[in-house]
Amino acid sequence: MSRYRIFSALLTAGAIFFASPAVADELQEINKLVKQGQNTAALERLNGYLNSHPKDAQARFLKGLILTEQNKPSDAIAVFTALTQDYPELPEPYNNLAVLYASQQQYEKARIALEMAIRTHPSYATAHENLGDIYAKMASLSYDKALQIDKGNTSAQTKLSMIRDLFSPAAGAKAPPTKTEPAKQASAPAPVALPAPPKPVAPTVSAPLPQPVAKVAAAEPLPVKEHKESKPIQGDQNAVLESVNSWAQAWSKKDVKAYIASYTRDFKAPGGNRADWEKSRKERISHQKSIQVAIVAPKVTIDGERAVVNFKQIYRSDSLKTSTHKTLVMVKTSNKWLIQEEQVGH
Amino acid sequence: MKLAFPIKLSRQTTVWLWFASVAVLALLAAALAHGMGTRPVPRLPVQLTPSGPQLSSESLLVKSLIEIRHNHLDVALNDIDNLLHLNPNFRLAHLIKGDLLMARARSIHTLGDVPDPTSPHVEGLREEARKRLQHYVEQPRAEQIPKYLVQFEPNQKYAVVVDTSRSRLYLFENKQGEPHYVADYYVTSGKKGSDKIKEGDERTPLGVYFITSHLPKNKLADFYGDGAFPISYPNEWDKRLGRNGHGIWLHGVPSDTYSRSPRASSGCVVLTNPDLDELGRYLQIGVTPVIISDSIEWMNAADWRAQHEELSKYVEKWRTDWESRNAQSYLDHYSKNFSSGNLRYDDWSSQKRQVNAGKTWIKVNLSRVSVFRYPGQDNMAVVTFLQDYHSNNLSNQMRKRQYWLQENGLWKIVYEGSV
Repeated sequence: MSRYRIFSALLTAGAIFFASPAVADELQEINKLVKQGQNTAALERLNGYLNSHPKDAQARFLKGLILTEQNKPSDAIAVFTALTQDYPELPEPYNNLAVLYASQQQYEKARIALEMAIRTHPSYATAHENLGDIYAKMASLSYDKALQIDKGNTSAQTKLSMIRDLFSPAAGAKAPPTKTEPAKQASAPAPVALPAPPKPVAPTVSAPLPQPVAKVAAAEPLPVKEHKESKPIQGDQNAVLESVNSWAQAWSKKDVKAYIASYTRDFKAPGGNRADWEKSRKERISHQKSIQVAIVAPKVTIDGERAVVNFKQIYRSDSLKTSTHKTLVMVKTSNKWLIQEEQVGH
Repeated sequence: MKLAFPIKLSRQTTVWLWFASVAVLALLAAALAHGMGTRPVPRLPVQLTPSGPQLSSESLLVKSLIEIRHNHLDVALNDIDNLLHLNPNFRLAHLIKGDLLMARARSIHTLGDVPDPTSPHVEGLREEARKRLQHYVEQPRAEQIPKYLVQFEPNQKYAVVVDTSRSRLYLFENKQGEPHYVADYYVTSGKKGSDKIKEGDERTPLGVYFITSHLPKNKLADFYGDGAFPISYPNEWDKRLGRNGHGIWLHGVPSDTYSRSPRASSGCVVLTNPDLDELGRYLQIGVTPVIISDSIEWMNAADWRAQHEELSKYVEKWRTDWESRNAQSYLDHYSKNFSSGNLRYDDWSSQKRQVNAGKTWIKVNLSRVSVFRYPGQDNMAVVTFLQDYHSNNLSNQMRKRQYWLQENGLWKIVYEGSV
């Protein structure tokens, strides 16, 4: 029974999106142009493509992204708005709509759009993250009013994530998507995304690789962070956080190999023996049907090649739900930040 | 860079931290636990059922804080939004809205968790929250009377009593001689506190004053809002103590402001514009007393009556002793510290004895007598009346004011003069 469903989903998906490899190729070519910064050429070809495929969600999504990069927010808003109307079950267009509204200081509209994104996908991490930023921005506006600070329009932009998920990132890797990839996606969901039900449009949502998130307005650091930090440290800080994120994602995906690879060779394993620790981690992780790990309020202290990260870890598995404070001591090893020590509690 | 879904999970602890950080909210919590305290309150300040379209701005603010206490953050935000709709310039409401929004993004550690949470601006708003909330937690009972209001004169329809420590102004009505609570308002007073002594000390005076005039909005800078009511600082007692300064007013706030923090004026008593408009309808120029205290003492009706009778008796005895032409019993009413204008007790008393010797009869009638106890000065009372004096060689009518001070349990006059 379940086999049949996957099979039928694949058939449907194939029928719409992979019926003609040339079609997929065309979008990939356009994407390549975007990557090279040739937005005008890309848009021209995309418009041609859309003439013959006016309903293609992926192409319209890409058009919205290009218009955003071309600094045409009103046009981009129109594209993403139409997408939310035609495909209300897709969270990504809502998210991007929110990013655009936020860039125009229309925070209430941004908030509503993000809440729609979350309504369609309650555990959609980027939307939550963006919503947090929007609330922080709205809060700071209220604070300004409370303190009679008139910052005008020069106030710090919110740092929001534009989603590029609808657009197959595999295109960059030259390999055309194969029919097995959507199936893989269905069985191995992204850490916090719910597996999409196999509706006709669903495969467009489920990108073959999870979460390639690009920052559109990434120039500003987090509002809570101090601006004093010098650029290289800022870069390191992001790199450290990214490593922590990958570690949590590997854990959430039960990707034991990637999870173990997050630790240094000389990792101070509890019990002292790294091999024993590895074995017990493998067993424990693969034992769970599902795992979700979230990192809350991470604080990074960097001292040269060594970083200490404090955060609240929220762990949910089929059998356990915990919230603990965790400290990771990380070291930069051949340009990657790896975990050398892991402590629970303060 | 931020990671995954923290929002819902961190909220509860967040709000608790926030709440715990505001000392007075603990007061509120205690009061709620005891069913708003053991004392009955004059009116139900906050309807917890969302039914009242007539909720005052302050009630809405307090209600939202109570909703936060109950962790109904969405309701609280809704209340704050309603409040801001009514009063777009209510800065404290903006601050709380900021917190309610920020709590969805990250942990909040204090009320007004702004980038610089120790700035005096935020401290002022926090103080306003405390004062406004404190009022709802510790309201005086409806039938309680500030001890200052001993006796109204019949045409004094209202009296104003200010408590600077609580940032509150109370309005009482004269109902057949008895003071009855009418309303109260949040007020701002001097940034350096109360007990004004000299010009520029940025303090609010403590004492018994009267409204002297009304300055309408169109005659004033925007800073004073909807109008101003100057009061009679420095009064006779202030002058005697060498206190100076001028221009102590009750006034409103600038048009871009809903209310100012509790300690922000240069000595004036500042109300929100709507409150000033409302209060202004009750004030009588030259008549309405404004009694400013830094800690109101409240009395029950029986104690109030006893005090009223005691002081009336003294004044009446003074009058009859004067009529008796017995110079000694008349002068016994005066303190050795008495002074009037440039005259000290000794000169003044011998002068009185001289005058008294020439009288064959004296008739004194007092009307429009008011008696107010004096805040900031133990056991002093201000007595004002219309004196109708007739004698064999002189008759006159004058408005007179006396300051009575209790010495060794007996009330004595320390100052007397025409008004």
